Amino acid sequence: MEESSVERAPDVRTLTLEAFADTVIPGEKRWPGDRAIAGVSTGGGSVQAGALAVLEMPEGGMAPALDDVVAALNIHAEHHRDRVGLPTDEEVPPFTALPWADRTAVLNVLTAVGHPEKELWTGLALFCYMAFDTGAHLPTTEALAEGHPGLTLMRFETPDADGLWRFPDYSYRRPLSKLHPDTLENGSLK
Amino acid sequence: MTAGSVESTDVLIIGSGFGGSIPAYHLAAGGARVLVLERGPWLAAEEFDHDLRLGTSSTRVFEFVVGQGMSVLSGNCVGGGSVVYFAAMPRAPRFVFDRQGSIGHRLWPAAITRDALEPWYERVEEALPISQASWDTTTYAGGLWAAACDHAGRTCNPVPAAVDSDLCTNCNWMMSGCRFDAKRSLLLNYLPAALEHGAEIRPLHEVQRITRLADGGYRVHYNTVDEVDYRVVTGGGTVDAKVVIVAAGAGATPVILQRSEPALGTMPHAVGRYFSGNGERLNTAVIDEDKARDLLGLDRGDGRAYQAYQIGRGPTVASWDRLDGSRPEFERYSLEQLYFPPGLGTVLAQVPGADGPSWFGPGKKELLRDWKSWLTIFTMSEDDNEGVFGAPPPTGNANRFSQQMFGFGTISYEPTDNTLRGWEKSDADVREILEKDGLAEVLPWTNDVIGAYTVHPLASCRIGDDPATSALDDRHELRGHPGIFVTDGSAVPAGLTVNPAFTIAALAERAVPGIVAALRERGVQVVYGAPSPSGAAGGRRATREFARAAAR
Repeated sequence: MEESSVERAPDVRTLTLEAFADTVIPGEKRWPGDRAIAGVSTGGGSVQAGALAVLEMPEGGMAPALDDVVAALNIHAEHHRDRVGLPTDEEVPPFTALPWADRTAVLNVLTAVGHPEKELWTGLALFCYMAFDTGAHLPTTEALAEGHPGLTLMRFETPDADGLWRFPDYSYRRPLSKLHPDTLENGSLK
Repeated sequence: MTAGSVESTDVLIIGSGFGGSIPAYHLAAGGARVLVLERGPWLAAEEFDHDLRLGTSSTRVFEFVVGQGMSVLSGNCVGGGSVVYFAAMPRAPRFVFDRQGSIGHRLWPAAITRDALEPWYERVEEALPISQASWDTTTYAGGLWAAACDHAGRTCNPVPAAVDSDLCTNCNWMMSGCRFDAKRSLLLNYLPAALEHGAEIRPLHEVQRITRLADGGYRVHYNTVDEVDYRVVTGGGTVDAKVVIVAAGAGATPVILQRSEPALGTMPHAVGRYFSGNGERLNTAVIDEDKARDLLGLDRGDGRAYQAYQIGRGPTVASWDRLDGSRPEFERYSLEQLYFPPGLGTVLAQVPGADGPSWFGPGKKELLRDWKSWLTIFTMSEDDNEGVFGAPPPTGNANRFSQQMFGFGTISYEPTDNTLRGWEKSDADVREILEKDGLAEVLPWTNDVIGAYTVHPLASCRIGDDPATSALDDRHELRGHPGIFVTDGSAVPAGLTVNPAFTIAALAERAVPGIVAALRERGVQVVYGAPSPSGAAGGRRATREFARAAAR
């Protein structure tokens, strides 16, 4: 097998991890020729939400493994590509070269119960997911102020001026069901 | 300490959650020298962040250990589970104490029934204290669940909680510690009272193993860990003690004992076996806001019916219709309204009707778009004590992956048909209640990503009367190892069908007179009979007779 162009490309790591993150929570392409993002969704996805920054955080523990993860993911992608008969694409790493549905198929296989590398791929997916729904690399107040795509999509409430959350209105303040007939005065059951 | 000298104490307590703090207070107040070693950091209210960034209190005080088929979430700080818990404090239903599980006889010691435990519940209630719940303090999410239960012909109860409603801001950050000191964690009662009586607490001290001394006492070996990167060991040492109380939590206590086995001798068979995840299971619903208004008559007063998932303080109500002792074992459970913050609290939720992946992908993104209209329902059922711990990792209770929070543990858990039946029935119940008349779409969280999960690990070193299936006698003393006591959630014999903190705490209170007696046998001049940490004495009066008997 001739030497893969993948290994010479300077941004294999970024292109591969972005394509993986975009499979977890997809977003829209950042520019017309954006290969990493498949473009199956509107608005920001995990990539725009900061997935690569989360993966690179020393706090997470993922960073030292990322080169190996990228290499392994591309090998899985090549196997998938060859198995389903997709053409090779030398422009981008093998995982990034896959159409979105095939990226999803690979991720489904790698995270399935019983897969020998399930822990690794599930962990990678969890960090990408957390980037979207928590902005785990940013102080949450900052993430909200910057319009973080995940927290904004979820309409996460904004805090008070001191950066703390308080909800003075929190209750319907009326009985809404009958109590269990065995309820004691202390609130537990008999 | 000078080089070569040996540090010693009367009582060494491993862990500062309910199982550690309660004996620490009583024994220090009674005159014993008490040292508490806690593997996590020691934070005060102003250090409890409202922040989802890795490295804030959301990861500093919390541990998430992934095993084979079971992930365990627990506290990792001074105050243990009480700092990160939701503070829901129901008493265990009467039938729970008669459970037989799959072993054909009663799991609990004959000495412990609901009636026998009542005075100890009272002591804890007085100490924390616990507030009686009301509809006025029931959150929107709780009110919605109550109204849905009512609409489906069910009942629903506000749940007693160790929360001061006057201080609570309903910020829903309580899993990262309470910034407002509204949640009555152990940092506000037993622990300061223990310190007042001379107990010492050392954070970032992770106990690894226990060895035996020639005089019948024990030597406890610990590592100190870095305050930011818990993977980094910064030192270590030993302390000699006459009595050791292991209260490191049900995910860690058995691991310390397993690692101690080569030095201490054979452990009871039940150490590291019979683990229960309290039968826990979650369902997430997306509420149709129009139906919430039209079917349930809900109105926040500003035109919105609900859209309030983020508002509140964890659980405030539960439907207890299935806590019926006449139902078959494994088919009894609570259905409690709950909130989990983003991250751990959303990733396992599945997309209803998904024809592609159910927990990630474009459908999941759309599900998150409706996050404000989510309602999460928490099942606590009777699992089958399936969990077994493998060989201990090199240090701690897990191979830590991240600086904080994430690690890989040795527990394996394969749910039996009994457990699966309970989950199936509870899923069907939740669906029946919430999908009635199109109120919501519901799906359980997937167990295919990290296995089953629990925030209430139990039973991995349990009490009982049968030496073959219990590690501790009914005084919480480790069989075959006099002077070692276990007082945390690992001592609870089986799933409780409700939030277990109150029962764990009551059992710890009940264990103290026996530990006092053990200390006195070893020549320590300690007495039992301290009032509540607040100084109140009502609870003490009610337990006096038992304490006298235990001391004999």
